Amino acid sequence: MGGPDGMQGRVAVQGLVKRFGPVNAVDHVSLEVSSGEFLALLGPSGSGKTTILMAIAGFEYPDEGRILIGGEEVTWAPPNRRNLGMVFQRYTLFPHMSVLENIAFPLKMRGVGRAEREERARAALATVRLGQMGGRKPAQLSGGQQQRVAIARAIVYRPRVLLMDEPLSALDKNLREEMQIEIKHLQREIGITVIFVTHDQTEALTMADRVAVLDHGRLQQLGAPRELYEAPETVFVAGFVGETNFCEGRLARPAARGEAVMVALDGGGTMPAIAAQALPAGGRIKVALRPERLRVLPADGEGGTARVTEAIYAGNATTLMLEGQGGQRLRARVPAGAGLHEPRPGEAVRLSWQPADARAFPA
Amino acid sequence: MSRRPSRFLLGGRRYSPAASLLLAAPFLLLVAVIFILPLATLLHESLFVPAPTTAHYARAFAEPVYLRVMLRTLRIAALVTALALLLAWPVAWAMSRSRGLGLALLGAAVLLPLWTSVLVRTYAWMVLLQRNGVVNQLLLQAGLADAPVRLLYTEGAVVLAMAHVLLPFMVLPIYSALKGIPEEYSRAARMLGASAWSTFREVTWPLALPGVTSGCLMVFLLALGFFVTPALIGGPQQMMIATLVSQQVREMLDWPFAGALVGILLVFVLAVTIAFKRAVRLDRFVGSA
Repeated sequence: MGGPDGMQGRVAVQGLVKRFGPVNAVDHVSLEVSSGEFLALLGPSGSGKTTILMAIAGFEYPDEGRILIGGEEVTWAPPNRRNLGMVFQRYTLFPHMSVLENIAFPLKMRGVGRAEREERARAALATVRLGQMGGRKPAQLSGGQQQRVAIARAIVYRPRVLLMDEPLSALDKNLREEMQIEIKHLQREIGITVIFVTHDQTEALTMADRVAVLDHGRLQQLGAPRELYEAPETVFVAGFVGETNFCEGRLARPAARGEAVMVALDGGGTMPAIAAQALPAGGRIKVALRPERLRVLPADGEGGTARVTEAIYAGNATTLMLEGQGGQRLRARVPAGAGLHEPRPGEAVRLSWQPADARAFPA
Repeated sequence: MSRRPSRFLLGGRRYSPAASLLLAAPFLLLVAVIFILPLATLLHESLFVPAPTTAHYARAFAEPVYLRVMLRTLRIAALVTALALLLAWPVAWAMSRSRGLGLALLGAAVLLPLWTSVLVRTYAWMVLLQRNGVVNQLLLQAGLADAPVRLLYTEGAVVLAMAHVLLPFMVLPIYSALKGIPEEYSRAARMLGASAWSTFREVTWPLALPGVTSGCLMVFLLALGFFVTPALIGGPQQMMIATLVSQQVREMLDWPFAGALVGILLVFVLAVTIAFKRAVRLDRFVGSA
């Protein structure tokens, strides 16, 4: 089995370009996935994430660039010669075959004998905890069960890499969350490399070891979930991953990446922040600040003040809608039970934050 | 006039049996008068004229001439079905994979002949296949033949022309079956290690089988009773059962025997229909994913 110890499950995408007419669906994307790693390709629709997956799978041939699996170039190899597993979003199981026949199909294609086929298919079915369902037709299973069978079928022949194209997007929320954990466990258990396409940032953050964020065919950032959330490198990543307040303003002098800056806000006032990228002087700036990093204190006459326009109670936290002095609209999240000040609508408050949590980007 | 919307137009409503019957009445009446009644009369003649007898049926099976016509009818219908299937599959496949202008052109190529008279299409084949026809001239010019080849009035010509005439009835059901197979299935098969051929054999073909079966059924049944094309393109050696019936009625004025032949054709048709329906039903449990 291509476990984490080998190089078998390593995937490299080098300078990938795919054009659809005048549009660059994938624009010079390079990324490496190590053996046994769980990588999520995250982006909105049209970001190129699925095209990258299809190029790895062999259903799209790139206009430029190379694809390597286990160190071997497969850019032009047909899908059936790449020995990859894949789980699609829907219509994945063959409707005319039983569950067990579906799982045994890839083994049959590899010339495995009937008895061994059946034994291995049963074992794979047990891995996804559907041991009793072997004789059923796919149409007799629920959506979640169908996707589990699809996973069993994709791993039964021990491929080096498992590709997943939004496999959970057709499922309802609770089942989706359950399946996320289950897939994660399964992946650790068998040590397979997984490349997982999703547009759901929570899904990407929960499941992946690393996340590649894409927009308009370009790789925006590739990093661990915590890095993406806490230290987004582009304004797109800051806005797409998690919830964020954006404050707009200008900068008097240029700043290097990581430098502490004072941004002059459009509505008046200044905002301490750090430069997430090199910032030009006089250029327009967007500062990103997470709602839960904004501290709301009783107004005591000093510091930036704001007015609470709405307080939305959600059990574990209260979301405050705020209006700053210059008319900026902000959100703050106050966790419940921490003894923090929970102002009422109409109340004036003082806002405070760590400059390191406010990240300034060129707008 | 309209006091309230017609109850029959309300969507999703189930009609009472009486209402359904009323809606279907004009059609049922038409069928009864122009189809069931004459057929019943003919079958009645075959069994009760001049007295209750099975002699007309016995004669059809006893005389080698008639037996040969029946066997030939079955054979030609089977050959036509096979040829039509062979020709229709690639067209249906191409249609299911095209969009826009390509699909419109292919669709027109399939449907236009269907809207043209069978007689016209049959005459077109006569023009092509006759002694000094287009095909013979090409063969002579290409040096593939020294003298004009006899093409018309052969079984091959009958099969070819009938397959052409009946082709749309094969293409359309297969096209609709193929169109209903999501591309994901063949992608999944390829991903799982299946070659293009295995994908066809294990996935596409079994899923398209209901369409293939209904196409074959339709073409076979239409071919069994086909009259115009075999009558014009075949010679006496290619006579099929419909031509024989017409001969008995118009030339021999032997209505009871014609009735017996019609009865036999009817039994063929019913038997084949039931057999095909059984085969299709086996695929019914597939259900939608």
